[in-house]
Amino acid sequence: MVNMTIDLGRGLVLRNPVMTASGTFGYGEEYTDFVDLSQLGGIIVKGTTLNPREGNPYPRMAETASGMLNCVGLQNKGVQYFMDKIYPRIKDFDTNVLLNLSGSTLEDYVKGAEMIDALDKIPAIELNVSCPNVKQGGMAFGVTCAGISQVVSEVRKVYHKHLMVKLSPNVTNIAEIALAAEAAGADSVSLINTLMGMAIDAEKRRPKLSVITGGLSGACVKPVALRMVWQVAKAVKIPVVGLGGISNATDAVEFMLAGASAIEIGTANFIDPAVSAKVAWGINEYCERHGFEKVTGLIGALEC
Amino acid sequence: MKQIADFRLVEKRDYGRSVLLRIRSVQTLPNIAPGQFVQVRIDGSPTTYLRRPISIHDVDFQRNEITLLVQQVGEGTRHLASANEGDIINIVFPLGNGFTLPETGENILLVGGGIGIAPLYYFAKMLVEKGIRPTLLLGGKTESDLLRLADYQKFGDTFMTTEDGTLGEKGFVTQHSIWQKQSFDKIYVCGPKPMMKAVAKMAAEKDIWCEVSLENLMACGLGACLCCVEDTIDGHVCVCKEGPVFNTRRLKW
Repeated sequence: MVNMTIDLGRGLVLRNPVMTASGTFGYGEEYTDFVDLSQLGGIIVKGTTLNPREGNPYPRMAETASGMLNCVGLQNKGVQYFMDKIYPRIKDFDTNVLLNLSGSTLEDYVKGAEMIDALDKIPAIELNVSCPNVKQGGMAFGVTCAGISQVVSEVRKVYHKHLMVKLSPNVTNIAEIALAAEAAGADSVSLINTLMGMAIDAEKRRPKLSVITGGLSGACVKPVALRMVWQVAKAVKIPVVGLGGISNATDAVEFMLAGASAIEIGTANFIDPAVSAKVAWGINEYCERHGFEKVTGLIGALEC
Repeated sequence: MKQIADFRLVEKRDYGRSVLLRIRSVQTLPNIAPGQFVQVRIDGSPTTYLRRPISIHDVDFQRNEITLLVQQVGEGTRHLASANEGDIINIVFPLGNGFTLPETGENILLVGGGIGIAPLYYFAKMLVEKGIRPTLLLGGKTESDLLRLADYQKFGDTFMTTEDGTLGEKGFVTQHSIWQKQSFDKIYVCGPKPMMKAVAKMAAEKDIWCEVSLENLMACGLGACLCCVEDTIDGHVCVCKEGPVFNTRRLKW
């Protein structure tokens, strides 16, 4: 029996290192026909903002080689709607339910975090300071040390549970950003959010996305994500949650070897809705095969 | 309940630009409503990453078979069309909501354009089983677009239009003389968006109840990614989960 437990700190204990990435798993309900949620370390539900957002116009998606671009633009019904309508439906899932919180202004982040702090069954917020698809805020906070420091420290004052900060890869030096988040009070960092990209329809001479640019995800981003996880894990002392193109257990193990304490599965959920539970089992199988009694033994075990 | 399953391709029929794929499961099929769709995994195509949403053309519950009628529009569907009998086809199904079943005695018109005729086959078959004989109006650019015409004609009076006049009346489905000669209680439409919008407009003018089946670009097919949204009176909603069939009164067309 491999001990698969991961303790990310401040009360966030995962049954195993596998979580599902925000925006790719709905509120979990969309996947219960395919995945027994109790097989997962956690699910991170759809990016939520203080006030409702209609998101960007259609088309919001363009397929790319081994990946996809999206410009959904944080469509959601707001924190209050989440608390009133969605939370009661999902709070008793037999897994950790984390909420991804985004915002346009500092006040939005703080107010949203304050409201979510009151929800007993939400053990953590993943603070989204890295969405490339909204005009104001979002990624703006996540691309400078001063910006991330400000938003994390203000949220930290009102949020008493585990605060995970999701980092943008669209920066010059992600380790510096991660250090700023750590210094401002983050309990963990997750990375990477999508890479800014673009797709063009040559025949029509038009962009394929309604707002021209979008975020790239899927298998194609994995080498970039892996490199950034490795760099950040070397720099910070808080746990790192790795994501970006993870499609199977081997990918997940690679992220842990690079220094991730846990991982998130994103776009791969679209291709195989049952992939997340398979990855959890596959990590277990890897540990057995390589003689790891605890999955924590994989963290940063890269030999180089 | 939605499932993910391997099917085996048991029959492939070539219709030129389109291909009919009959796939069989070893499992008993769940309930599948006309108008629902499947998400097909495309194996072995390096440029195709996501599944392809394909409407359900026919279902045989005795044999656990689903039939898909697939038009080759890009790399993914081209690759799918190159599958051979015996190959495994992995699908997530059944997805979305089907057509609203009409009442017995209502006059029903099914309007199909191009490959949009595909889901109307299973729907027409079910209507006939329920004792409702629909009228069909099928349109294409040219004669060869109207696939399996003889099979559709078994379900009810069938009228055709082609843009080049090679079959039926020349022009678009909205220009067919049937609109002047007959009245309908309910209209169901599947085809290219401009065609569906034109039929929806006519239906609105005649105050006829109308449902359309949309095919926006999709990623997850489950209502999670919010990519395939359509603008409705309730805001942006997922075509994959709340559709693909919509009453036209709900759409901001």
